[in-house]
Amino acid sequence: MSDALVRAEGLVKRFGRAAPPALDGVTAEIGAGMVTGLVGPDGAGKTTLIRLMAGLLAPEEGGITVFGFDAARESDAVHERIGYMPQKFGLYEDLSVAENLRLYAEVRGLPAAERAAAFARLLGFTGLAPFTARLAGRLSGGMKQKLGLACAMIRRPQLLLLDEPSVGVDPLSRRELWRMVRELAEEGIGVVWSTAYLDEAEGCDRVLLLSEGRLLFSGPPAELTGRVRGRVVQVRGIAGGRRAVLRRALGKPGVLDGVIQGRHVRLVLGADAQPPVPQEIGAGPEAVVVPAPPRFEDAFVDVLGGGPGGVSVLAGRMEGKARSAAHVIEARGLTKTFGGFTAAREITFAIPQGEIFGLLGPNGAGKSTTFKMMCGLLTPSSGQALVDGVSLLEAPGLARARIGYMAQKFSLYGTLSVRQNLDFFSGVYGLTGARRKAAVDGMIETFALGPHLSASADILPLGFKQRLALACAVMHEPAVLFLDEPTSGVDPITRREFWTHINGMVEKGVTIMVTTHFMDEAEYCDRIALVFRGRVIAIGSPDDLKEGVRGEALPDPSLEDAFVALVERDGNGDGGKSAAPGEAA
Amino acid sequence: MPPALRRLLAIMVKEGLQIVRDPSSILIGFILPVFLTLLSGFATNLDIKGVPIGLVLEDASPEAQSLAASFLATTAFKTRVGRDRREFAEDMVSGRVRGMVVIPQTFSRDLAQADESVPFQVIADGGEPNTATFVQNYAQGVWFAWMETRAREGGREFAMPVNLLPRTWFNEELLSLASLLPGGMAINLTLIGALLTALVVAREWERGTMEAMLATPVGRFEMLAGKIVPYFLLGMGALFICLWITLAVFGIPFRGSIPALMAVSAVFLLSALGLGLFISSAAKNQFVAAQSSILAAFLPAYFLSGYVFEPSGMPLPIRILSHAIAARYYVSCLKTLFLVGDEWSLLLPNMGGMAIIACVLLGLALKKTARRIA
Repeated sequence: MSDALVRAEGLVKRFGRAAPPALDGVTAEIGAGMVTGLVGPDGAGKTTLIRLMAGLLAPEEGGITVFGFDAARESDAVHERIGYMPQKFGLYEDLSVAENLRLYAEVRGLPAAERAAAFARLLGFTGLAPFTARLAGRLSGGMKQKLGLACAMIRRPQLLLLDEPSVGVDPLSRRELWRMVRELAEEGIGVVWSTAYLDEAEGCDRVLLLSEGRLLFSGPPAELTGRVRGRVVQVRGIAGGRRAVLRRALGKPGVLDGVIQGRHVRLVLGADAQPPVPQEIGAGPEAVVVPAPPRFEDAFVDVLGGGPGGVSVLAGRMEGKARSAAHVIEARGLTKTFGGFTAAREITFAIPQGEIFGLLGPNGAGKSTTFKMMCGLLTPSSGQALVDGVSLLEAPGLARARIGYMAQKFSLYGTLSVRQNLDFFSGVYGLTGARRKAAVDGMIETFALGPHLSASADILPLGFKQRLALACAVMHEPAVLFLDEPTSGVDPITRREFWTHINGMVEKGVTIMVTTHFMDEAEYCDRIALVFRGRVIAIGSPDDLKEGVRGEALPDPSLEDAFVALVERDGNGDGGKSAAPGEAA
Repeated sequence: MPPALRRLLAIMVKEGLQIVRDPSSILIGFILPVFLTLLSGFATNLDIKGVPIGLVLEDASPEAQSLAASFLATTAFKTRVGRDRREFAEDMVSGRVRGMVVIPQTFSRDLAQADESVPFQVIADGGEPNTATFVQNYAQGVWFAWMETRAREGGREFAMPVNLLPRTWFNEELLSLASLLPGGMAINLTLIGALLTALVVAREWERGTMEAMLATPVGRFEMLAGKIVPYFLLGMGALFICLWITLAVFGIPFRGSIPALMAVSAVFLLSALGLGLFISSAAKNQFVAAQSSILAAFLPAYFLSGYVFEPSGMPLPIRILSHAIAARYYVSCLKTLFLVGDEWSLLLPNMGGMAIIACVLLGLALKKTARRIA
């Protein structure tokens, strides 16, 4: 690229001597007039790279120039010309929308004469004009994100750096943000958009794919996706359990990767491999294999050498649960209010045994509030949350021993070692003597934790943290498993491994309730409840929800399309009509 | 307006708005000074009154009765009279009385011999050494007064064992409040200056706003100065609240002038703000910042400033250490201003000490105020 705004050459950055480098020899360019995606799982080095571009970090080796200035040594010149929105948007929450804008206008030296025009333009652009007097802390996630963007845009920067702008934001706001960013790119601004959502990569003009500090790919996303063209198929018309079909398919030679997509199974094949015959993987007489358009994630997994196998050692160790026809988990009119704010309103659903049930929604929608009421961690203002017919709030320890719980961000004891965490949780769940030892040893073996046993949980790589958290949640072989945002930000391989375990456990009769804001993850669920602004706006299988919005405008809707359409149909589109959301996400 | 000045003003305005809207700043800035001043005024009074003692009257002679009446008459003691020391034994153990005065059966006989020995016994509760000393001294005082009166009535001179004519300068009534309350103002300003500001930079790191600001043309001097000015004004406001309560509620005399007080306090506030900002920039985390500012600012100011405990009585290493505490100089200035007046020969060296500390701390804070994240 001749007109590159940013040139990075052999960048290396370490935090702490013992830790692996956050960036390891990255050479890349960022062009003007386009959206460059900085794509990769958490811990890949996205934020480090963005901060280096913003002159907020100095590289250890290599160099980085922005508009020809050395970003580390001439950072003042760089700061004059860039707009930067850090994670959490960099807003002063106790300042109003207008005061935030004014502050950024002043510190960026926007001439007073231009101010009125600039504010009008940005407020119109972001749709925030009616909310100028509202405190930033009282805005919804989507509105905060737009205000953050407006503040970063106040002087029309030539380079706009956005660090994970779409995390936890509802799909409508996410789409609006994309539209705005597209407009900016068309005006000639170079936009850098970092994200852990692989589906967002496809919307970028160019992508820098990072994994463990290394640049795996740089170029247009279609180029990477092209690697797997013709190698992606869907098994459709499956009779019986699609989880078993996936497991068997992943056992076939030549199948690199596979995921569940609603009632279908999606497979990525090795080069020159033939797709498996549906009947050989037990898909039933009517099943067919049809080609599917490749996705960025398929290609990423391919670059990483394929996904893990489909057999869960964990589930293999578990005993099958006795079958029962009764609903295992039930919510009846659950409502929770915090002061004047209703975090969850009249939430009702019932989950039969052996089902994966998902609560899907943006941050602040009320997922976690509902979830905590189900687990007995939060007292409902009204309504009932029942597990096995009893409320966990009142249930004795015995009933609680039947559930497993994996909290958001894997709440492990960070300063305890892996072994101590396992010992602690086995004790908490009342395992003793030989059973305890067997359970702990089994988890160490199953999750390959052996080499990390004496490491403290805080310094584990994200993937191992997640394994350890799952191990701690299931070592007592619960019949019901609650998972709160279980695979947020982890790499696709770890995510597949995780779902292999979950699928295996479900086949053994375990009932699973999961919250997520990942559309892809929701595809693994048998049924999902769409949660938006404290209410369930739809319940159904992923396919039913997609079917429900199919039309001329949307011939082949994705789950996100379905979510957006259902929100709009619900008459609750974004525009901030609701009161301040967000306290109790 | 030059851009740097615009940026400085913008940050000051922002900081001011945050102070006004944050209930905790109002709490620490205005409510806490009132509370602390009232607390130190009412609770840390070192003057003793109404100490409960037991008076054991084993002798029923008129002389013994008359001495007992003297004990009952003084406000220093709350005296209960008994006939047997066993009556008070349990109260002594439980602390319901702080001492016993025993007037023995031999009292009137010993009194008649009238030598220099005191013919009665004082038993004090050594569990509270200060109070014990007080009980002993005051019991002796009552005895001397009684002897004097008796001698006068009998037309004789009573020869005191030692003739003491105490003459106290500056705090004539020896009111401990008159030196405690000015010292309390130093504690207040330390809290406002260091605790409040320790939180502000750390908060910006936690909320990610610091990162956003670092990516703008804001320089670290502007960042720092933009925070110092509003908190300086807040601290000055708190100073006058403390002053008003001290003068109006407790009626402590103030012999200095307001401009001198402001000058001295300004220098001190700068050092407190410097400490707070330095902690805050180094900690980047509100919890650690709050803990460190209590440890590094509040406790040294409390123990080493001379507010309650006089540093001259401390071991040499601690005395040396106390010179690194700005509050020490400030307490000394405040006592001077309240009890003596604008005595510049005393104020200036102390102001110099504070100014040096302020420069060092602000310099460190400026150095720690990052232009980069790591």
